[in-house]
Amino acid sequence: MKTRVVRVRDWTRPVPAVFREVRAATPEAPEGKPPLLFVPGFGHGAWAFAEHWLEHAASRAFPAHAVSLRGHGGSGPAPKATLRAYAHDVVQVATGLDRRAVLVGHGAGALVVAHALARYPARAGVLVAPVFGGWGTLGTALGRNPAGTLPAVFGGRLRLHHRQLFSRELPDAAAREYAARLGRASARAQWQLLRQRPVEPAVGDPPMLVVGSPDDRVVPPSALTRAAGRYGVAPLLFPGMGHDMMLDARWREPVDAILDWLDKDLAG
Amino acid sequence: MATFSDQESNEPGATLWRDGRPVYDRAGTVCVIGAGASGLTAIKNLKEYGFGVDCYERETGVGGAWNWRHDRSPVYASTHLISSRPLTEYPDFPMPDSWPDYPHHSQLLSYLEHYADHFDLRPHIWFGTEVVRVEPADGDRWDVTTRSTGGYGAERTSRYSAVVVANGHNWAPKMPAYEGLDEFRGKVIHASAYKDATQVRGKRVLVVGAGNTGCDIAVEAGQQAAKCWHSTRRGYWYAPKYTFGRPADQVTDSLAPYRLPLRLRQWLFHRVLKLTVGDLTRFGLPRPDHRVFETHPIVNSHLVYQLGHGSITPVPDVGRFRRNSVTLVDGQEIEPDLVVFATGYLPRFEFLAPELLGTDASGRPALYLNAFPRRHPTLAVAGLLQPDSGLLPLVHWQSVVIARWLRLREAAPERARSFAARVDAEAGDRWHSAKVKESTRHWFEIGHIDYLRVLQRTLDELEVAA
Repeated sequence: MKTRVVRVRDWTRPVPAVFREVRAATPEAPEGKPPLLFVPGFGHGAWAFAEHWLEHAASRAFPAHAVSLRGHGGSGPAPKATLRAYAHDVVQVATGLDRRAVLVGHGAGALVVAHALARYPARAGVLVAPVFGGWGTLGTALGRNPAGTLPAVFGGRLRLHHRQLFSRELPDAAAREYAARLGRASARAQWQLLRQRPVEPAVGDPPMLVVGSPDDRVVPPSALTRAAGRYGVAPLLFPGMGHDMMLDARWREPVDAILDWLDKDLAG
Repeated sequence: MATFSDQESNEPGATLWRDGRPVYDRAGTVCVIGAGASGLTAIKNLKEYGFGVDCYERETGVGGAWNWRHDRSPVYASTHLISSRPLTEYPDFPMPDSWPDYPHHSQLLSYLEHYADHFDLRPHIWFGTEVVRVEPADGDRWDVTTRSTGGYGAERTSRYSAVVVANGHNWAPKMPAYEGLDEFRGKVIHASAYKDATQVRGKRVLVVGAGNTGCDIAVEAGQQAAKCWHSTRRGYWYAPKYTFGRPADQVTDSLAPYRLPLRLRQWLFHRVLKLTVGDLTRFGLPRPDHRVFETHPIVNSHLVYQLGHGSITPVPDVGRFRRNSVTLVDGQEIEPDLVVFATGYLPRFEFLAPELLGTDASGRPALYLNAFPRRHPTLAVAGLLQPDSGLLPLVHWQSVVIARWLRLREAAPERARSFAARVDAEAGDRWHSAKVKESTRHWFEIGHIDYLRVLQRTLDELEVAA
């Protein structure tokens, strides 16, 4: 698929403005590193990154931001939001930063980032445990958690079980607490995730990194490899971790790997 | 901001000579002239395609015409966009969605400044430096001679692999010639010198010209002046900013995917104007002598409204000036104390020999896609467009085409040849489905969808494998 130049929908049906929650952590001594923008997946809000990753990235001199997609976390309500509206939220926050941002998307947020990369020449793109959708995603989810998934097929809420999201290393209480904080994406966006609209190519040819876990119970290894294959890269693997890598017990390993990669890749 | 000493320190010094003067070799670097909306996106996109870029800007800030501090800026205090936000922003750098549908010129300037900072463009720009000459050198390269704005300091010549001209086309006023204008005792200004309504307050004002600027000034004079006459050469279509509660350009463009024939689109537009604006002859305006899309669109909801209030008097073209009055072509005599000529601007490329752009005697260059001259593959003009939408999205894609073209020339000379042949064959062609009126105002008139569809084909054709 090629970059489209005539964008009638973007021109004539602009995504309406909404309040967007942005959480940030700023490094004490800025070293000129590019700002990071973390994009949570469906059901999650900026809080998921504010828990560990934002502060950690800031401690390594990266200005770090996380946005809550509309209808999630502390952002304004948007019961009819589309994937396009979510991508718009990401691009709006990214372009509001003082320099070109690195977009980091988790779960379905990685798909949102992929759409945003077609509308904004990011400094780099990082996809963490990417959920690119399609019927396979539904099949996996139904297999793992039929009772939580079935309502979503009919426009209801997707209820993820805490054992789908976290490894056994995370204490049960913490895992339950995180799972209880999950909200929901709009029914339309859930459907669009399954229907898998083709993603336009990224503009500005950003370097890409894909991170995942072979033990992720939402993204099977085959889906992870396929998502990485779209960008001609191999996924960086963290065995033993659950889907929510930014909240799981060993949250430090993947974020350090991402920041190492950025330090190395963006130095040149 | 770079300084001359920075540049000298990482250069081996002049090794080339031209007419006894040293020429500094900038190797594969591309030169961009002007850091306005067009120049900025040219720098950004050339950078994105891996080119080194030096940009020369005669002013001390970015934003070109949109920077009201610049002496060549045509904006006045009340200038608002006339195309709505989504049709005006760079396609890869949207304006904040909390901004109004039609932002103010100061918002556009802050947008351009933010764009320059976000993409780190300022280190590429030599501010306060004007280009004196651009001359072809061996091997399709260019010698660019610059000096400090205002002519201070020594000239300096650098050799570039390519030049992108983005010097704007709304800064050299076009003044009409009328009999008796010299002896007229009232004050005469060009719209470029109009800055705010204090200039017309309490005066008897004649505004000449029905471009978007002329209409804006007429509206302000209608509210502030003692008397306002608005002189137009013909009847025009006055499109409102909103139809059916939506920005009018968005309503029009929602038909684009259907690819309706031009005549049907014109008929629909006429119907919508009839329903939303009404019969203009009732307001004393002449009936338009052309179909819509055949002249540059005028977007102004206030003008017709002010006519309804009687605060603007529409009059025909000026016949001649007298010592204390103006005679109109219908014989009417009016006595203004201020005449504002909102008669537009002419393109000027004083640093380029006219034959390089194929410029004819009237001053109109012959360019393919309004960008590429014949036989000079490494010279391009960015933003020389008069679109029926915002300029920024068009000049963005135009500069992507330029960057891809320069890359393709290096990477695949075979494929580049077929594009060069088309540039030669089709330079000077129009990119508008309607037959636009012949006038300097319409030299660069394009239909944005027609033009973008051609750019899409060109982009796909010039695609270079990474």
